[in-house]
Amino acid sequence: MSNPHMEPQTDPRIALAVRGLSIFFGRQAVLKNVTLDVAAHAVTAIIGPSGCGKSTLLRALNRMHELNPGARMEGEIRLFGENIYSRGVEPVAVRRRVGMVFQKSNPFPTLSIAGNITVGLRLNGVRDKRLLAERTEESLRMAALWDEVKDRLHAPAISLSGGQQQRLCIARALAVQPEVLLMDEPASALDPLATQKIEDLIVELKKDYTVVIVTHNMQQAARASDFTAFLYLGELVEFGPTTKMFTNPSQQRTEDYVTGRFG
Amino acid sequence: MTAPNHRWRKAKNVLMQALALLCAVLVILPLLLVFFHLLSQGASSINWAFFTQLPKPVGEVGGGMANAIAGTFILISLASLLGVPVGVLGGVFLSEYSHRRLNRWIRFTADVVNGVPSITWGMVVYGLVVVPMKGFSTLAGALVLGLMMIPLIMRTTEEVLRLVPNGYREAALALGIAHWRMITQIVIRTAMKGIVTGVLLALARVAGETAPLLFTAFGNAYWTHRLTEPIAALPLQIFNYAISPYDDWHRQAWAGALILIFLVSLINLGVRVLTRDRFSRTVPQILLPGHHVANNVQPPHGTTD
Amino acid sequence: MDNHFEMGLEDLRQKLLLMASRAETAVNDAVQALMQRHYELAMKVRADDDIIDQFEMEIDEMALQLLTKAPLASNLRLVTVAMKVSQNLERIGDEATKIAKRACDLSQEPPVKLVLDLPRLAGMALAMVKDALDAFVQRDSAAARALVPRDREVDAVNREMHAALTRHMMEHPDTISRCLHWIVAAKSLERIADHAKNIAEEVVYLCEAQDIRHHLKKTAAVPLRP
Repeated sequence: MSNPHMEPQTDPRIALAVRGLSIFFGRQAVLKNVTLDVAAHAVTAIIGPSGCGKSTLLRALNRMHELNPGARMEGEIRLFGENIYSRGVEPVAVRRRVGMVFQKSNPFPTLSIAGNITVGLRLNGVRDKRLLAERTEESLRMAALWDEVKDRLHAPAISLSGGQQQRLCIARALAVQPEVLLMDEPASALDPLATQKIEDLIVELKKDYTVVIVTHNMQQAARASDFTAFLYLGELVEFGPTTKMFTNPSQQRTEDYVTGRFG
Repeated sequence: MTAPNHRWRKAKNVLMQALALLCAVLVILPLLLVFFHLLSQGASSINWAFFTQLPKPVGEVGGGMANAIAGTFILISLASLLGVPVGVLGGVFLSEYSHRRLNRWIRFTADVVNGVPSITWGMVVYGLVVVPMKGFSTLAGALVLGLMMIPLIMRTTEEVLRLVPNGYREAALALGIAHWRMITQIVIRTAMKGIVTGVLLALARVAGETAPLLFTAFGNAYWTHRLTEPIAALPLQIFNYAISPYDDWHRQAWAGALILIFLVSLINLGVRVLTRDRFSRTVPQILLPGHHVANNVQPPHGTTD
Repeated sequence: MDNHFEMGLEDLRQKLLLMASRAETAVNDAVQALMQRHYELAMKVRADDDIIDQFEMEIDEMALQLLTKAPLASNLRLVTVAMKVSQNLERIGDEATKIAKRACDLSQEPPVKLVLDLPRLAGMALAMVKDALDAFVQRDSAAARALVPRDREVDAVNREMHAALTRHMMEHPDTISRCLHWIVAAKSLERIADHAKNIAEEVVYLCEAQDIRHHLKKTAAVPLRP
């Protein structure tokens, strides 16, 4: 993403610096003046009741909210110091550095398992077969799926079970070697055992990546994340270490939400 | 639950089932009648000569419809060169690029155009192409068939593409894949079977068109050597022979009709074969013969962990 | 619709208060039996200790059940504090029983001729227990913090008593067994004050999420390496 408008890197421990982010869909403000720092090599969770803007915040981190017609943003987001919303920055370039996994697993049905993993690389011009094979194995290992599928890499991707498909989607996102991985309720469509595997995976991933997850399940945030942001009606109410958030939050609204008094 | 009531309900059930069966039979009956009638009248005229020989001049017995059969194939192939790219790309535009007002007008126009009688099409192309060219031609015939294919293919392509779940588009974009590449390599590939089905059905539809060809291709008793010359086609030949006073030509007309029906049935069979794929059922039910409701078909997700 | 979880928490709190009042009563009665050489009262205290033990088990059971519902923030702190407080209350009950046992023994023997400061010690310990429990009920963190230093005073009075009794034992060897009973009773009162202090520390944790235990013992706190 080299560009004359980029500024030099600032604090390497901050992966994403969000400053005064506001997002409007048409005339409605969905996010209001959100400011927070996403720490590198850590898991940050975004929690809040339905409609509070957590998915919108997540999608703003890789400019996916722009797919909504009528979307407008104010503020800035810096990815390791570079503003991803500057003029001249292509959304495509941002998304290669900030990947995303969705709530409903969506492996491409016409491609095999290996095909799915390498599609991000191939459609961006990578032809080297050896490199593709290496990345396939690497990504599948990181997603804790290699052992289960190594003998059937050319089977159709949709022949896998729900939990496997989600891990495949994670491997697919990892194959393009992003710096940050965004996950929108990654385990909400899965059974408890599969959910457990995904959560363990998330904790493993932070060694090499920065992870941001949106979850409506507070226990999941408590189990898997290091930092938690609590959003309510588009505003950031509180942001801090997960342990503090769930044992002794500073804001009364956070305390009320976390103890189930509303939401 | 008293006994007489139960018997009456059972009887009503049987009655309704019989009625439904009767209706089904009534629907199939005309098709069977057509087939059998064609077979009985035309099967005897089908021989090797029918497929290989040109029509004999008036009065002489024998000859075939080789040029008409070839002509139909040539016409629909050429028509596809126009109809398929324009139709598919038009469908892609309608589905993937959202300009709400413009799209609404395009769809409206396409639907209106779909309803235009085929003979009108023929007359339009006659005025626009045949008159300036001072003659009937293969080109004009291919043009009119291609123009008729466009709205058909455009609408079916759009329908099929809409059925591709948005999750795939988002997943592809989130991987940093460029927009156009996402459309061709992911969306269109996923919907390919449906698109091909739409194209085949449009082909089957225009293969049997007679009226437009009357004013454009016109028909030819011999082989056509240039695109600017008139060309024979099965429906045209059948029409000409059928209204003639010669028994021999009548026989051949029956045979021609039989071949035409076979051709159309073959295309529909091809559609059936294509759409029986087990893995990705993204073909809208609306395209399959016999269905009338488009369901939102998702690819199956296999078993749970 | 009722919040069943909140109701469960309230039940836990109520049960804890019941246990607390029983423990307080036990200490009061034990001291009274000791001072007034009341044999039957002392026996009652010893018998009722079973009830206090039973309370501890029930509270732990309730707390465990509430934990399976994964409480968070202040609810989580309440549940863990409840378990700790019930443990301290049970120990208070045990100490009261020990005092009662000594009261039984002493009531069978002639009184010792010694002016003892035991009423003052007992009063201080009882006051600490009452104040700790009041702070818990009213979630008064400041009052709980004020309680903590009083434990040292109790320790000091206990040491004085210990010294006085030891001197008396050395001068009057025939009173040794009775003096030993008194020493044990005084020690139990000092322990009761310790447990009251623990309860106060738990109350501070519940209200402020601050852990104030043990921080005065070391001069330079060195964090343990993981």
